Amino acid sequence: MRYVDEYRDADKARALAASIASLCEPGRQYKFMEVCGGHTHTIYKHGLEDYLPENVTLVHGPGCPVCVIPMGRVDDTIHIAEQPDVIMTSFGDMMRVPGGRGSFFDSKAAGADIRMVYSPLDALKIARQNPDKKVVFMAIGFETTAPSTAMTVLRAKAEGLTNFSIFCNHVTIIPAIKAILDSPDLRLDGFIGPGHVSTVIGCRPYDFIAREYGKPLVVAGFEPLDILRSVHMLLQQLAEGRSEVENQYGRVVPWDGNLKALKVINETMELRPYFEWRGLGFISHSALRVRDAYAAFDAERIFEIPGSRVADPKACQCGEVLKGVLKPWECKVFGTACTPETPIGTCMVSSEGACAAYYNFGRFTRERVREATRG
Amino acid sequence: MAERPLTSEPAGRSADWAEAAVREHAHVEMASREEQVLERIERARRARPRLREENITLSHGAGGKATQTLIEAVFLDAFRNPLLEPLDDGAHFTVDGASMVFTTDSYVVSPLFFPGGDIGDLAVNGTVNDLAVSGAEPLHLSAGFILEEGFPVADLKRIVGSMRAAAQAAGVRIVTGDTKVVQRGKADGCYINTAGVGVVRRTLGGDVRPGDAVLVSGPIGEHGVTVMLARGELDIESDVTSDTAPLNGLVATLLDACGDGVRRMRDATRGGVATILNEVATDAGVAVVVEEDAFPVRPDVRGACELLGIDPLYVACEGRMVAIVSGDVADEALSALRAHPLGAGAAVVGRIKDDPPGLVLLKTAFGGTRIVDLLVGDPLPRIC
Amino acid sequence: MCLGIPGEIVEILPDQPDLAKVDVSGVRRNINIGLITDDDPQPGDWILIHVGFALSKIDEAEAKAAMDFLEGIGQAYADEIEALMESRIE
Repeated sequence: MRYVDEYRDADKARALAASIASLCEPGRQYKFMEVCGGHTHTIYKHGLEDYLPENVTLVHGPGCPVCVIPMGRVDDTIHIAEQPDVIMTSFGDMMRVPGGRGSFFDSKAAGADIRMVYSPLDALKIARQNPDKKVVFMAIGFETTAPSTAMTVLRAKAEGLTNFSIFCNHVTIIPAIKAILDSPDLRLDGFIGPGHVSTVIGCRPYDFIAREYGKPLVVAGFEPLDILRSVHMLLQQLAEGRSEVENQYGRVVPWDGNLKALKVINETMELRPYFEWRGLGFISHSALRVRDAYAAFDAERIFEIPGSRVADPKACQCGEVLKGVLKPWECKVFGTACTPETPIGTCMVSSEGACAAYYNFGRFTRERVREATRG
Repeated sequence: MAERPLTSEPAGRSADWAEAAVREHAHVEMASREEQVLERIERARRARPRLREENITLSHGAGGKATQTLIEAVFLDAFRNPLLEPLDDGAHFTVDGASMVFTTDSYVVSPLFFPGGDIGDLAVNGTVNDLAVSGAEPLHLSAGFILEEGFPVADLKRIVGSMRAAAQAAGVRIVTGDTKVVQRGKADGCYINTAGVGVVRRTLGGDVRPGDAVLVSGPIGEHGVTVMLARGELDIESDVTSDTAPLNGLVATLLDACGDGVRRMRDATRGGVATILNEVATDAGVAVVVEEDAFPVRPDVRGACELLGIDPLYVACEGRMVAIVSGDVADEALSALRAHPLGAGAAVVGRIKDDPPGLVLLKTAFGGTRIVDLLVGDPLPRIC
Repeated sequence: MCLGIPGEIVEILPDQPDLAKVDVSGVRRNINIGLITDDDPQPGDWILIHVGFALSKIDEAEAKAAMDFLEGIGQAYADEIEALMESRIE
């Protein structure tokens, strides 16, 4: 596969790994946060940590839009799905996320019409095919996905559809990163920056991180060589005493972002004053809602949303894992009460949650694994 | 709609099911080092699985962890007996000195017709394959039909025609059956259950042990991708077809070439090759160590999986088997498979080691290592 | 949020607004290219696909530059790799 395979080349990885090692100051510990859940997934899936020297640690961040959805919003979605004549549509990632009373899968088993879609356009198709039903699309994702939702709402309006709406749970990345930077528990040396969010917002929004907080940030692609190269670039900055925003993913990310995408988001959505993030609490101006002009497509105005708030179980430490303060295996309930089969928190059920990635891919001490796979 | 206040007051209620789960495990001591945590996990995994759900969900039918838990907690618990305990592809027993294998499977695939075959092909081949990989010569099949009111007879004839052809190709006969009709809205058109009986001509070569080689008989993931795309919801076009096929001929070729060098064979169905590898690792208490690069995958299967964010290792096959053979006959096994039309794409994908027991380890194409665990349910397309 | 796959535009659909047929390793799907119309997408162009939409056109020059760097670093460290691997990474 072009633009994929060449970024998975083991020989180049070994060369990069050697170069990375040579850039490290002996005795110094380096801690970089990779913000995106997609990066977490790649790191574990390809066993990237085997290529990094012992003194370079990658810390997982809150860039998993599934992980940060509070349980109450899952309950609200199920509440909508249980209304008469509603077809709820959702990405596969959300199907197993547990709310206060169970997941979408559980609700489907109890009779709600909840369907998995690959694209919001598929939800639109379902709306066209079922004029007597109210079709709702549960919109999640950072700025990467918001433009697609926005385009879909614009199409719905252009086609004059009256039975389609979205339940908007889009969140924005900068407030999440800022929450990390302001967190007293964390001492990071730099950031592996979000790749696909940056195709939309560009690289400029991260300037404040380098300027005001003095941390380098490299916008990174999602193939293993992209991530290794980004670590290399971060170490190079540190070695040279620089703190800048750099773009490793130039083949996909334009420095100025995608103006059209930003325009359509702005046309259909606006920032909420506050939004609750699982594990991070309330963050101001961190999430999107549908604008008044498009109220006819806003599920929150069409349906009575209970506005459920469900407290995270006391033992759940998703918040600390999302902030990178805890490694998955340091959570008290990791692997016992909380497993992929019986998840308590979103970090375990989301395919890019740090806990799920660790449990499914990395769950073994590196030496034993290397011993077994040698020869 | 009122916006939320900035101060986070405690939420109104908490998730009772989660509190209960935490209380259940409260007695477990806190581990401070990674090694201890991993041991804690292994202990938890070895404990009897408990079924927590009150209703059946789709995950229970996917062949992964949820299915296993259901089988052990409900079916095995109720029916427990020595013939059932191994939970193999088929039950082995002797009647007057003759060694027999008996198996059953149900087919609920949707859509009924897809590129490369239909539910009828699956119904015959699936049961033939369960018998074949158990070392038995498949003899006779039963076929029970559950039909939806309003189902076109022409479609039924088409399915039955496929079954006749498949049975002929496999050298078996359908000797008994049953028909039920249910009201419109149930049975998705047509459900089929088949059971099969075979006689064991050759015993397989003992337990899986360190040093054994792991082979797959051909490219993986074709059936699952075909059916996913054929449902039409994903709007993806491709030329992928189902790999449904009877494997008894291929099995015979392998056994002829390697005799009791063949330890075990399993046909990969729902849950894909990854599920089989996990079952081998757990059943034999060994480590299965495989190389990502070694698994044959068609480019378009790979493309579809990348697009959807699914791992081909977990995608269903219907005409592929995993064979564990003694290390010293690995080359002969591979040649034998490749000489047969259904094994043309066969490959050696890894080895059995003794440590870490019960786990499947993968050396990625990139050179790193990771674990291949069982999924809870079906692999779901993801956006993240 | 993160899953973006590169695909090649095979055909711009003449009668459908903003739709193009895109090929990913032999598999084809209609993708909405409404977000990248300013870049004038054409058959043969490679794009990044996310949830059925093209988010960006892949810049071949940038891709080549990235690859060139990786090739270069491979050559420069060819001999030193072995020694470094033994002493540091393992």
